[in-house]
Amino acid sequence: MELCDKSILMLRQMLDQKEISSVELTTYYLDRIKEFDHQIESYITVCEEEALKRAALADQRIAKGESKSLTGIPISIKDNLCLEGVRTTCGSKMLENFIPPYHATAAQKLLAEDAVILGKVSMDEFAMGGSTQTSYYKKTKNPYDMTRVPGGSSGGSAASVAAKLAAASLGSDTGGSIRQPASFCGVTGMKPTYGAVSRYGLVAFASSFDQIGPLAHSAKDCASILNTIAGHDIHDGTSAKHKIDFEAKLGNPIKGLKLALPKEFFGDGIDSQVKEAVLKAAAEYEKMGAELIEVSMPSLKYAIAAYYLIASAEASSNLARYDGIKFGYCTPHAKTYEERITRTRKEGFGEEVKRRILLGTYALSSGYYDAYYKKALYIQDKIKAEYRSIFESCDAMITPTAPTPAYKIGEIEGDPVKMYLADICTVTVNIAGLPAISTTCGYDNDGMPIGMSVVGKAFDDAAVIQVADAFETNFKTQNPRL
Amino acid sequence: MANYIPVIGLEIHAQLLTNTKIFCSCAADFGGEQNTRCCPVCTGLPGTLPVLNRQVVNYAIKGGLALGCDINRYSKIDRKNYFYPDLPKAYQISQFDLPLCIDGKVKIDIGEEEKTIRIHRIHIEEDAGKLVHDNIDNASLADYNRCGVPLIEIVSEPDMSSAEEAKAYVEKVAGLLQYAGVSLCRMEEGSLRADVNISLKTPEATRLGTKVEIKNLNSLKSIVRAVEYEIERQTKMLVNGEEIIQETRRFNDNRGVTTSMRSKEDAHDYRYFKEPDVIPVSITDEDIESIREELPMLIDERFALYVKEYSLNRADAKILVASKEISDFYNEAISVYPNYKAVANFIVVELLRYVNEGELDSRNIPFTARAFAELVKMAEEEVVNKNNAKAILKIMLEGRMSAMEIAKAEGFLMNDSTDEIEEVVNQVTSEFTSEVEGYLAGKEKLFAFLMGQCSKRLAGRANPKKIKEILELKLAALK
Repeated sequence: MELCDKSILMLRQMLDQKEISSVELTTYYLDRIKEFDHQIESYITVCEEEALKRAALADQRIAKGESKSLTGIPISIKDNLCLEGVRTTCGSKMLENFIPPYHATAAQKLLAEDAVILGKVSMDEFAMGGSTQTSYYKKTKNPYDMTRVPGGSSGGSAASVAAKLAAASLGSDTGGSIRQPASFCGVTGMKPTYGAVSRYGLVAFASSFDQIGPLAHSAKDCASILNTIAGHDIHDGTSAKHKIDFEAKLGNPIKGLKLALPKEFFGDGIDSQVKEAVLKAAAEYEKMGAELIEVSMPSLKYAIAAYYLIASAEASSNLARYDGIKFGYCTPHAKTYEERITRTRKEGFGEEVKRRILLGTYALSSGYYDAYYKKALYIQDKIKAEYRSIFESCDAMITPTAPTPAYKIGEIEGDPVKMYLADICTVTVNIAGLPAISTTCGYDNDGMPIGMSVVGKAFDDAAVIQVADAFETNFKTQNPRL
Repeated sequence: MANYIPVIGLEIHAQLLTNTKIFCSCAADFGGEQNTRCCPVCTGLPGTLPVLNRQVVNYAIKGGLALGCDINRYSKIDRKNYFYPDLPKAYQISQFDLPLCIDGKVKIDIGEEEKTIRIHRIHIEEDAGKLVHDNIDNASLADYNRCGVPLIEIVSEPDMSSAEEAKAYVEKVAGLLQYAGVSLCRMEEGSLRADVNISLKTPEATRLGTKVEIKNLNSLKSIVRAVEYEIERQTKMLVNGEEIIQETRRFNDNRGVTTSMRSKEDAHDYRYFKEPDVIPVSITDEDIESIREELPMLIDERFALYVKEYSLNRADAKILVASKEISDFYNEAISVYPNYKAVANFIVVELLRYVNEGELDSRNIPFTARAFAELVKMAEEEVVNKNNAKAILKIMLEGRMSAMEIAKAEGFLMNDSTDEIEEVVNQVTSEFTSEVEGYLAGKEKLFAFLMGQCSKRLAGRANPKKIKEILELKLAALK
């Protein structure tokens, strides 16, 4: 087994037993980035010097026998997570020169264990998109097929893990932005329960849906990372007081679990190979002794509309601060305040971001609020109620992560409605604030990975990890050929 | 000329006295070098999040209780979206449909009449920064120190009908918030600002006229002037058959006129929606009761106590309750020396003279109410005479000595023994022999002269009655 194929748990052992130093491991990954990232284009910023310094600190800590679970492990982070003193672009021209004077809490927690942050990886601009092709910087490729998208918006995170340019990555998920790229790139990605990980220092897209989570080679690695980055934070008023042990249910038997299969997630819009792979995985659970229960989520047909209204409404407000006054891009061609703000936003934002700001502004405008935003909130309540009722009798839910495997670059990005509809399998989880993990459950005829999602009750993140891990234990993954 | 009744409502913004800002831990008080009291959170840097300061909620509830409001048990925080260079997030965190406090009322006095002004709602919100216009570079500079300073916005019902009532209302609200200890309400420092809504209607009209809003009035004087100007302007328009348009106006302090800022068509659509970063506030009955217990006795109750129980006249009682510091000072003084009227009189006539002349800050009286009570008692019991009591007060304002120490040091103590008086009377009558002779010859006016000479030499140490008695005896003996 190559070094880069090893899980965090295996690397932990090697580091602690001094089979390798963190500096060596970090150098190894930095070399891989130099060798392969010009094809993959996952990193916007590589923090070589900082990473090696941190690795040296990690080695000292390991030498003292004081290592924590991520000490010395090389990790990439999505470029919407603030890192003090390091440019944080959000994949946008607007933040080309923005250097935050603070760490995101999640990044701070990695550094507190002396995890090594290799650099900042690409994403759709302001996390709006599912292809990473709206990034102003690196339009990341899928390591399984360079002509295909890695998914998004955490496409840089997923590709960096799949191409083994990092042992794991932190991404963010507002409507599927961790799970969908994880599924496209054949890695495991988890969005924890809303509030489990502090959002402080995560540049906001849609505040009531945004969550930070890991992308890694396995559910176990995700659990290990989540145990480090989760927890209540006084700097985030929406962070939960709930203490979650993400590893608590690892290895618990699947026998007796009731797994829900919502029929609407296996309907017309879903690619037949995807459907087949996910149902085959479900059958594996049945073999392990789980009971499969067909359920229904009638409001799914309104989910995309509700999601795009609420998320865009919040985004229109969250992104209003980019006005060229205090930080970020500022147009050189303006005489008045009005002109300055208008031109800055016109020149600094990309198409998709502008589209969503317009949509959100419209949805909140007087005269339209009741017809759009308020109705979307009503659908949100309906979806939450439908999940509640399903979880009264089921322990977890199994769905496809995306309607299709990774598509070709340029195939659907020009059609916003098609792009939005592709989020159908992931958005309800954010609308309801639930934990969900995507893991690879098969490969299509072209060898592209197919993802399956396990969704759980709020704060029962451990069950979601348990279920995904049980499948992974018996499933053989294929590596991309670089 | 047609008779119109002005209909006036006010929105008062008062800065809360918390140590830190509403959503971060920056200092919230007035002043500071530009852009030194701000941080990534209050200047809205990407990724930062607001965390609600619970003290702001408690202070707002306390203010609401002082203004007779009901407190909502569930209150929601919202975003008000608009672009302005002093608003770094381009939205203000405020409250829209579920404010903390609703349905209050305050009483105001208009001459002998009492009137109740209803309060529609009170909500919490963050203040914006400040723009400073630099004439040298012809640029506008932003100072973010004020960003995130906690405010309450107090919205009245349109219950006022004159500038005088508007002024009395603002004074009363400010007084009550000061009593509650939740705001300094210093208009000159910007910790209290008001927007005024005015419309006119004829006495028989059942509907309100078109209203005009005047923004950002920052002194009582400008509130009065703006209201008076606006009533006159609208009256003229209506008399001339012109239509009032709904608009926002600003008051020009130098010219004393209001000018149009924007019409209804240009009004902002604030696109209010629930602030997703701040969870709604839940308030229990216990929370409210424990806050209510912290409230001191308020203006109206103290006034009633002073008039009914202490038999003070209404004018003096009103002056005493106008400032919590003075009223507290009075209460403490009478607890030591319960001569209600004498203490009230000495405060109103003597002590407040220094306050009114700007020589004394009522929040910073350099001696205790107990020391003051001692002085009043000495004057009342004629231990010192009235003039010397005033002189002692003046000295007390400069230092820390007690009234008695000062009286002794300055020789102001009344002398009860007649020896000194007799000695002085002897001196005077032997020195001013021609005046004595004149008096004895029937020029009775000269008695006052001789009396004056004696008093002067005794320098207030003796009771004038006694001097008169002894002088009369002496002159009778010389006859």
